Amino acid sequence: MGLTITQKILSEHSGQKSVMPGSFIESKVDIALSNDITSGLAINQFLSIGKENVFDKNKVVIVLDHFTPNKDILSAQQCKFIREFALKQKLKYFFDGGNVGIEHALLPEQGIVQPGQVIIGADSHTCTYGALGAFSTGVGSTDLACVWATGKIWLKVPESMKFIYYGKRKKWVFGKDLILYTIGKIGVDGANYKTMEFTGETIRKLPMSERFTMCNMSIEAGAKNGIIEPDEITLNYIKKTVKSKKYKFYKSDKDAVYSNIIEIDVSNIEPQVSEPHLPSNAKPVGELSNIKIDQVVIGSCTNGWLDDLRISAKILKGKKIHKYVRTIIIPATPLIYHQALKEGLIDIFLKAGAIISPPTCGPCLGGHMGILAKGEKCVATTNRNFIGRMGHPESYVYLANPAVAAASAIKGRIASPEEI
Amino acid sequence: MIITGKVIKFGDNIDTDIIIPARYLNTFEPQELAKHCMESICQKFCEKVATNSILVAGKNFGCGSSREHAPLALKSAGVKCIIAGSFARIFFRNAINIGLPVVESQEVSQDTSENDELEIDLEKGTIENKTKNRKYKISPYPEFLKEIINSGGLVNYVKKRK
Repeated sequence: MGLTITQKILSEHSGQKSVMPGSFIESKVDIALSNDITSGLAINQFLSIGKENVFDKNKVVIVLDHFTPNKDILSAQQCKFIREFALKQKLKYFFDGGNVGIEHALLPEQGIVQPGQVIIGADSHTCTYGALGAFSTGVGSTDLACVWATGKIWLKVPESMKFIYYGKRKKWVFGKDLILYTIGKIGVDGANYKTMEFTGETIRKLPMSERFTMCNMSIEAGAKNGIIEPDEITLNYIKKTVKSKKYKFYKSDKDAVYSNIIEIDVSNIEPQVSEPHLPSNAKPVGELSNIKIDQVVIGSCTNGWLDDLRISAKILKGKKIHKYVRTIIIPATPLIYHQALKEGLIDIFLKAGAIISPPTCGPCLGGHMGILAKGEKCVATTNRNFIGRMGHPESYVYLANPAVAAASAIKGRIASPEEI
Repeated sequence: MIITGKVIKFGDNIDTDIIIPARYLNTFEPQELAKHCMESICQKFCEKVATNSILVAGKNFGCGSSREHAPLALKSAGVKCIIAGSFARIFFRNAINIGLPVVESQEVSQDTSENDELEIDLEKGTIENKTKNRKYKISPYPEFLKEIINSGGLVNYVKKRK
């Protein structure tokens, strides 16, 4: 019986020939990640274990990206507490100040996460790195603290669901639309505890940024991990980011076993918008064109990639954003910000009337940098539209791709890029 | 361990942003977090928990973010046990890791009403609804999880193995 890519990576990391879904394993961890929200609790738990040093200072990564630049005194205190720990531990990868990028865009860009690894992060969107052909999943702070102490984690080997995408995408349809559409089909717990393995001819043509977007949102269907077999596109990306050649490409066997196989013809899929308050409330953009909006957010670990800014700029070039729509654009990392500046994208955004934010998770989780008032509506390229996610419990987030977000910013209502 | 108490009932997909909104995550002090627990859908949650300390919810409880602040806030607010049709996986792990009992049972989730009086015996794997006079069997935790629970959470489990 063949194995999936997820089984292969977990077998290798637990020192077994082949691990089967449902079995409990102890896996070695290659990278352990946390941020300013989850590290504090983890530090307390780590200290209570009685360990002095983390298992490997080159494998523990901390990024202060959620409430930074510090939004208030408490978050400043929290960051200070973490900073002192990071400096004491002499962590190789501690990102603070001007080095901060949104973690899930920053780690691939810096070559810290690589194909074939096991990556554990105290952040639910850690599943993003599956796009590189790695096993990566989110955990809480106590789990992470124990990884810091031991370099290992207990896992239940997940069953895999295979999603095969085929057909030609319509012009303004991106990875974001495919994943919103998919979550709309299977529901917010449609992949609970399972692996979402994305494959098929459409996926093979997707650029890395859109693969990251898809794996990033696998958690919104409850998945343990999202994963895409690495290929030429992965290799070309990795060549630019990773210096060593230690990474390993795994592929699923032809006779690997899946709990479900779901085929999706993408040729009829329109740009999707997920209505409040669940990511599974996906609809074609045209069905929501009467919804007036107050804010647009383009950014986050889902859609703050350079490609996303390029797409947004294509729509916004030479246009003016609607007078009453606050439009916040957040390049995900300093490098993306710099490149956007060099390419003239920031110039386009400023001329259109957008606000440019430093890299931060900020508004996505209702932290800062664009909080919604009661009754306000926002089109966001982010990943969650839960009750109160971006501010007031009675505010409303509509999830969309960057082209729809940019078009909506111009029109002052939910709009298709075709209308611009 | 035997847990008794009255029930607060919630629906499906109670996400971690509902349990504890991110804007309060500038602290990880359990008492502070408890003050804001569930506030967007349940006013005066803490007062309610003082009399009704068992949460019964629908499917996919705890979906969303990995924030351990969510089970921590619930525990600190006084919640003794959560029964749900199903749990999101990170929340389930977090709850076990910090020693907050979580029980998966679609049957109990569907049958139970607000204010019902429950008695949960985690050792025997039984739940009794004293108000409705019904008894349920719950599937035991896998052996591996039992070890973590019996150690009093993951930190103690790791300490023991050191």
